[in-house]
Amino acid sequence: MSESYGIIASFPNTPAFFHAAEKVRDAGYKKWDTYSSFPVHGMPAAQGQPRSKVPVFTFCGGVSGFSLGLSIVWFMNAFNYPLIVGGQPFFSPVFPFPIMYELTILLSAFGTLGGMFITNLLPQHYNSLFNSDKFLEVSGDRLVIAIEARDGQYDPVATRRFLEEIGGTDIEEVSA
Amino acid sequence: MATTTQDSSMDATQAALLAKVQPAELQEQPLVTNNRDFNWVTDKICRIVETKTPTWWWICMAVALMTASFTGLGLLWLVSSGVGVWGLANPINWGWAIVNFVFWIGIGHAGTLISAVLCLLKQGWRTSINRAAEAMTIFAVVCAGIFPLFHVGRVWFAWWLFPIPNSNGIWPQFRSPLEWDVFAVSTYGTVSVLFWYMGMIPDLSVLRDRAVQRLKKNAYEGAGALAKGMDIFRKNFYAIFAMGWRNAGNHWRNYEMAYLILAGISTPLVLSVHTIVSFDFALAVLPGWHTTIFPPYFVAGAIFSGFGMVLTLMLPLRALYGMHDLITQRHIDNMCKICLGTGSIVGYAYIMEFFIAWYGANPYESFAFINRAFGQYWWAYVMMFSCNVFTPQLFWFKKVRQNWALVWVMSIFINVGMWFERFVITVTSLANDFLPSSWGYYSPTMVDILTFFGTFGLFSVLFLLFLRFLPLMPIAEVKFVMPAADPHGHHGDEKGDHH
Repeated sequence: MSESYGIIASFPNTPAFFHAAEKVRDAGYKKWDTYSSFPVHGMPAAQGQPRSKVPVFTFCGGVSGFSLGLSIVWFMNAFNYPLIVGGQPFFSPVFPFPIMYELTILLSAFGTLGGMFITNLLPQHYNSLFNSDKFLEVSGDRLVIAIEARDGQYDPVATRRFLEEIGGTDIEEVSA
Repeated sequence: MATTTQDSSMDATQAALLAKVQPAELQEQPLVTNNRDFNWVTDKICRIVETKTPTWWWICMAVALMTASFTGLGLLWLVSSGVGVWGLANPINWGWAIVNFVFWIGIGHAGTLISAVLCLLKQGWRTSINRAAEAMTIFAVVCAGIFPLFHVGRVWFAWWLFPIPNSNGIWPQFRSPLEWDVFAVSTYGTVSVLFWYMGMIPDLSVLRDRAVQRLKKNAYEGAGALAKGMDIFRKNFYAIFAMGWRNAGNHWRNYEMAYLILAGISTPLVLSVHTIVSFDFALAVLPGWHTTIFPPYFVAGAIFSGFGMVLTLMLPLRALYGMHDLITQRHIDNMCKICLGTGSIVGYAYIMEFFIAWYGANPYESFAFINRAFGQYWWAYVMMFSCNVFTPQLFWFKKVRQNWALVWVMSIFINVGMWFERFVITVTSLANDFLPSSWGYYSPTMVDILTFFGTFGLFSVLFLLFLRFLPLMPIAEVKFVMPAADPHGHHGDEKGDHH
């Protein structure tokens, strides 16, 4: 028999799914996740997950954008090819402000999208869960909790029983 | 009254207070009507992409392509002969090109407003219209970009606008609002694409999974090899762009944070874009342009015209795809009210411009405005004023908002009126400036007209492709606003969950 990825269980409705997630968290499992085709309000707390790290990437993008805007204008219009326009000073942080502003937003946006991919470890086109027909139904209305075999507390029999106890149905083992 | 709760955030005093006050349940109109379930929503939206291409789509595509070819021909003519084939002549060196540019950019603003600003304001009703409105934004920016790009004359040197070293060693000049515009519009286009794409990732994964499910069942008897081939294509096409999205709780956590941030940074972006577009005018010392009211006035006008365009597009789509349970009367009501609000701001700005022209006691400024309303372009001013100021006022009446055919006609009036606004601002100020000896009268040429007319075809081609290949509505977000998605079970019979 091939190696096991873990066990998945389905739940009948959103409240049952939400409370089951709280129970899995309280049981002390670490390598597990909930799967639903829409974000469930309050789920990160029910899963015991910390605040997302995406803002860090946004901030780095924003700071680089701002500095880039400031430095290109200085380099181009004041240093590399000083340009006299209307007798004004070659450089001031005021007139290129729109450039700095737009580049801050541009690179923040790239940082945010990139940060979302990095924190979610995407792209990852293959995952063992995709082998399960029941898992594919998550795209419709199925609500699934999967506990992975690499979790320290995982036990094929005890974990299955635990998922049954917290209200899980259609429980199946997914091979890796 | 049941006040037992499992919500730890509500303490005893709050609970006691609630018991005493006995708040009434607010009855809001649901955003998805007729008690539809999750599968219905998924099916409804995915089947637009998955079923056979309807005949009307082919007809529309043919018409759109033919219309778009006018832009192609117009631009070919322009590039091979020079900018002189447009109606530009001293003193009016900014004719339809800038008018069309501002018109299209303005249309785009409603998309960002719906996706970003309404997201920050937690307006649940945005969910069923935001994807199409964002698509509209991107395609409108594409149409807008054509005009300044070709107006530069030698379009093969347009890359000189970007800070790239060229053979003369000269860099762009950053004191010009036109250069700010390059940054603002290209940032706007790029960020809109990123926002649109990120919002689509979960839905692309739904389309991918559905194709995989059908392929596993292999139920293609009678449907033929083509249906199976299409599903193999879909499985791969959507899989590539879905990036392996798995709908995991962890994915959603980071995704929602990223979405919120993108909404947060798109809001100042959308305000800045039309502000900078208005600087193209306001930083010139021409009477009628050189005013500080321009940025807010332009932004309000942009949102006004954008919502007009959203109504123009969504009302027929709703009828064609039978989306009445997803785009409800409440959605139409809200959009009409935004048109009413922004239309009134625009009307206020028109009147305020006149007041300031008189109050400022600058003879050139007063002349510019009297000339706008009563001079040689009075007909354009009348078009602008009646379409933009009077039309939206009808939205005060519920009867009008409920008559979707009338709403659609009025949305067209708004589009026309807003185009005329840009025409009035651009042309009247240039035609009669400080030096009466050089006054002129601007008329567009056939090339102008065909090029602009064709952009509606280009826009339609892009929008039809979007309808055919991408999910029209954000499935996950529509599900999120349904009662069944509430983890505290306002709909269910979970014990102890009566908040």
